[in-house]
Amino acid sequence: MTKTTPKESQSCQYEVVDDPEKGLTIRLRGAMNAANAPGLIREFRGMLKDRDLSSLTVDLGEVTYLDDFGTLVLTELRNMAAEVKAAFKIENARNKVAQMLEVLHFDRLDRKISFEKVRPPGIFVRLGDATFRHASDLKYLISFIGSVCLSLIHVCLHPRSLRREDTFLCMQRTGVDALPIVGLISFLLGLIMAFMSSVQLQQFGANIYVASLVSLAMTRELGPIMTAIIVAGRSGSAFAAEIGTMKVSEEVDALFTMGFDPTRFLVVPKMIASVIVVPVLTLFSDLFAILGGMVVGVFILDLTASAYIDQTLKTLTLFDVFWGFFKGAIFALLIAWVGCLRGFRVTGGAASVGQATTSAVVSSIFLIILTDSVLSVILRYWG
Amino acid sequence: MRNVIIQVRDLVAGYGEEVILDGISFDVYEGEIFVVLGGSGCGKSTLLKHLIGLIKPISGRIIIDGDDLSHSDDETFQKILRKIGVLYQSAALLGSLTLAENVALPIEEYTDLPKDSIETLVKMKLNLVNLDGYENHLPSEISGGMKKRAGLARAMALNPKILFFDEPSAGLDPVTSAGLDNLIIHLNKILGTTMVIVTHELDSIFAVAHRVIMLDKHTRGIIAEGDPRYLRDHSQNPFVSQFFNRRPDPGAGP
Repeated sequence: MTKTTPKESQSCQYEVVDDPEKGLTIRLRGAMNAANAPGLIREFRGMLKDRDLSSLTVDLGEVTYLDDFGTLVLTELRNMAAEVKAAFKIENARNKVAQMLEVLHFDRLDRKISFEKVRPPGIFVRLGDATFRHASDLKYLISFIGSVCLSLIHVCLHPRSLRREDTFLCMQRTGVDALPIVGLISFLLGLIMAFMSSVQLQQFGANIYVASLVSLAMTRELGPIMTAIIVAGRSGSAFAAEIGTMKVSEEVDALFTMGFDPTRFLVVPKMIASVIVVPVLTLFSDLFAILGGMVVGVFILDLTASAYIDQTLKTLTLFDVFWGFFKGAIFALLIAWVGCLRGFRVTGGAASVGQATTSAVVSSIFLIILTDSVLSVILRYWG
Repeated sequence: MRNVIIQVRDLVAGYGEEVILDGISFDVYEGEIFVVLGGSGCGKSTLLKHLIGLIKPISGRIIIDGDDLSHSDDETFQKILRKIGVLYQSAALLGSLTLAENVALPIEEYTDLPKDSIETLVKMKLNLVNLDGYENHLPSEISGGMKKRAGLARAMALNPKILFFDEPSAGLDPVTSAGLDNLIIHLNKILGTTMVIVTHELDSIFAVAHRVIMLDKHTRGIIAEGDPRYLRDHSQNPFVSQFFNRRPDPGAGP
């Protein structure tokens, strides 16, 4: 019979007795809790790793306190014994300790537990699932368009039913608050464009055409697109997040049960506000870009300001400006629509709101570019 | 003499300039179920937020198990946080993780248990709150009562010395709520955890509380302290007896 000296693992000590007849006995002493359980488990694993066991007895006679971490140590010991098919026994547990083991269902804990995530289903199941999901999305999309149209018609017929304060607030947030950033980005864009084109045009002595290039490109294409992208990032995401959070906290349901149409209450003000302010923002964007171009024209290309403005006015027709204005309105409609749509599709919790916001921005930008291409083609063939 | 585990002295609590609790002092003893109660807006939740360190007091001291929470450096603060667990009103389970992952989160972070042992431990914790079999469920897939129990399992993940409960019965049906009360009593008995509960559910107070303090909106302080049953039957303070006997304000209602 061999006996090892008591070892200490923080406040819990143990002693291992190896008796050829009785098998291995571990005598524990003190409190077995969260502080010493990890250490004990590691030590026992190391100790019993290559040991030939016939039986393992755990003596709890001097254990004063045992919680679930302590029970975990015992479970581990039992698993180790089971691995080498050794008999396992617990001895002398005090009343309180035995009670704890009872409460934690120590006897029933032996089966191997695994929290492996449920395996993803097969490809056909996922394909079918995706099909159903997209079909339901499409269905919702169509019904949402219908509901928005109906609400808009209702508001046109009964202008007093429009929530005016919400609309003004939304106009301020979407339009006025966005003005500095739209102005700055457009100014820099005009500057870059003038600078890059001047390098080429200077070779032909066609400096003055920098003005035409900047004004035409900005007014017809880049102004509306840049403005729309900024608004999508600022306000489209905000619409989705706001409605999504309202959905999560059941505010949308509350509106519904109070007899409000959530679409009319939440979507229409945002849509009307956006359609009014985004074209105006587009005009500002054009102005700032032309100003940016003019800075390059005056300071690098030695043009006079009046010559630059004159050339700009000669190039631009009223149609170009209106075309940009019109595109701004279309883009605004798309941004507000997609933002609100994604918001209403939120289910569950915080993560879903995040996804809706991302998806609102990405889809708006995609739709903006797509619509712009379609409009360009229309203008080319029918214009 | 029992050990004092939470000591609050001259606590002035509030938000910014607005004082909600003015100079309150009380002790919580180790191993007891202590209930903070009072009418709406009396500062129960404010007190709780101060006790768990979410808000710093305007003045006064909060000493938790020997460490001063109100004037602690980062290290002491972390040490105190390890001694407490909180069950929030809405359970506050992380929605993107399963119940098992939610409970395993603090265990993985603060102990160096091997991974397979953590799984067994999590199983035990969920067993303890009668949620065996729901390990792989997401919080959105279970009922309100189950969420609370899972939140409790997560709060007790590291066997803290003190558990705080914010309105544990809010939004639960009487049966589930009584079940949760029993669970609180049971855990208090077997683990010896000190429980601090903020609530105004009378049934629950009479069922679980060893001792209560009652806060009052007008005096911004404690108006009663002691055994809830004694207070109900013998309190001289009209508001206290009104509260415990569930009588409306004179003039309220038709």
